[in-house]
Amino acid sequence: MKQITVISGKGGTGKTTLTACLSQIAKNIVVADCDVDAADLHLLLFPKIKEKYNFFSGKAYKIDTNECIKCNKCRELCRFNAINDNFTINRIPCDGCGACYYVCPVSAISETENCAGVYYISSTENSIPMIHASLHTAEDNSGKLVAQVRKEAKKKAEGTNANYILIDGPPGIGCPVNAAIVGVDLALIVTEPTLSGIHDLKRIIQIAKYFNVKSMVIVNKYDINLKNTEEIENICHEQGLKCIAKIPYDEIVVKSLVAGKVITEFAPDHEINTIIKKIWEEIK
Amino acid sequence: MKIAVASGKGGTGKTLISTNIFNILSDAIYLDCDVEEPNGHIFLKTETIRKESVYIPVPEINESKCVFCGRCSQVCNFNAIIVARRKVLVFPELCHGCGSCAYFCNKKAIVETPKEVGRIETGIYKGKWVYTGRLNIGEPMSPPVIKKLKEKAAGIDTDIILDSPPGTSCPVIETISGADYVILVTEPTPFGLNDLKLAVNVVRKLKLPLGIVINKSDLGDSTVKKYCKKEKIKLLLEIPHDIWIAESYSRGELITDTEKFAGIFKKLFKDIRMETI
Repeated sequence: MKQITVISGKGGTGKTTLTACLSQIAKNIVVADCDVDAADLHLLLFPKIKEKYNFFSGKAYKIDTNECIKCNKCRELCRFNAINDNFTINRIPCDGCGACYYVCPVSAISETENCAGVYYISSTENSIPMIHASLHTAEDNSGKLVAQVRKEAKKKAEGTNANYILIDGPPGIGCPVNAAIVGVDLALIVTEPTLSGIHDLKRIIQIAKYFNVKSMVIVNKYDINLKNTEEIENICHEQGLKCIAKIPYDEIVVKSLVAGKVITEFAPDHEINTIIKKIWEEIK
Repeated sequence: MKIAVASGKGGTGKTLISTNIFNILSDAIYLDCDVEEPNGHIFLKTETIRKESVYIPVPEINESKCVFCGRCSQVCNFNAIIVARRKVLVFPELCHGCGSCAYFCNKKAIVETPKEVGRIETGIYKGKWVYTGRLNIGEPMSPPVIKKLKEKAAGIDTDIILDSPPGTSCPVIETISGADYVILVTEPTPFGLNDLKLAVNVVRKLKLPLGIVINKSDLGDSTVKKYCKKEKIKLLLEIPHDIWIAESYSRGELITDTEKFAGIFKKLFKDIRMETI
């Protein structure tokens, strides 16, 4: 079984649209939306939720003001300034380190498992197993939720004898991205020919190398700036990476998005579909 | 006034909005808080005049003092220390720098040593300070870098523009906390709307005033506008799709270097100021 993660460094380059398109061509797959911060794949694949689970991560702490003797030890020890003057805990800056809980001499602080989000085991409109998740508002630890989604995807793929796990990755280079690419067979990097796209591409290539993951590059909206596209091709060449496709800018992409449809379905004869089929042939 | 520019979704134009607001202000500070992929400097073309490291304190074990009691591991909520029979293993990449392990070690066998997690680059654009945070490759946690970045502008009485990372989790919250106003940039597509709703929830949870900018406003549908109306959120500005904007953006240029857009962004800033009075 092969695991492929679509990443980009920069946001908004077309990761989700491409993942959705590939999912329509590939056979015998499981898809996983690992952008748990702002998941969008469900807007194109319309999964029917079959199972739903709470995701617990980290600890939540609470001070019992009746028990508290206001000795101030917790406030002195907390490095995240999460304990207010009136000895209540502010959940936003709290990192969940538990220093307050361990130091409290009168055990006035209670500890509970923190429910940080939910994840779903679903099936898309055309019966592809799909694992996705949603992080509760203002929760952290999205990297752990990504790992959970991948774990479930792997379980599902093993259960259904799937050949591929197709992962829609998060933007950036931080913990959720690390969790989405570690141990995969291929990182499919989507970039765009803007200076910011190039900047972020260089960083994400380093990340993939850091995790020892093979990568290939796709330039989306390549005709917005041909000079930058050429530079991207040069970077790929220097880095020993294959630039496997260039997708032109076309309003059909936004139109299909607004219609809530994958391009392969919205405009089956459009040239973009030919390119996407080629991409799949190259990466499968 | 501290203005944070966020979006939920990536690629909607946060950096476009934040660098161009910064450009029309005569006195301001720009903080690029998208420390995983900072792009502001590309448009502001700042030369770095100073680089400084951001550290978090991570434990180092003095094994001659350690009695392998396991207390440090017990109080570490992030599994960054494991105590074996005659060996203590430290995983610095899991450490949040909370200091519990050192504090609770009865034998004083733990010292905290600084570990670099990222850098802050200082630059100048038209006489104004530009600070760019940069997370080190492979480093999972950006909030310490963002925190340090925000310290740069602490206590300074001028307008501060915070370019936020995408998403809705810890790095975004670290960035927008304490802002006087949050601009959410979105696109009129189902993706844009979905992520906008998530971002609005975050901003509301932090009880901050907010307004919306729709980028490429004529390239989708009207659901974002309807949502703003229903939720009574101020629609600050609509920027139609314009190939000239896309091209100048791809070359790293500021659109407010033209008179037309300078006027539009000055009005945007004035409207925000009115909103916060």
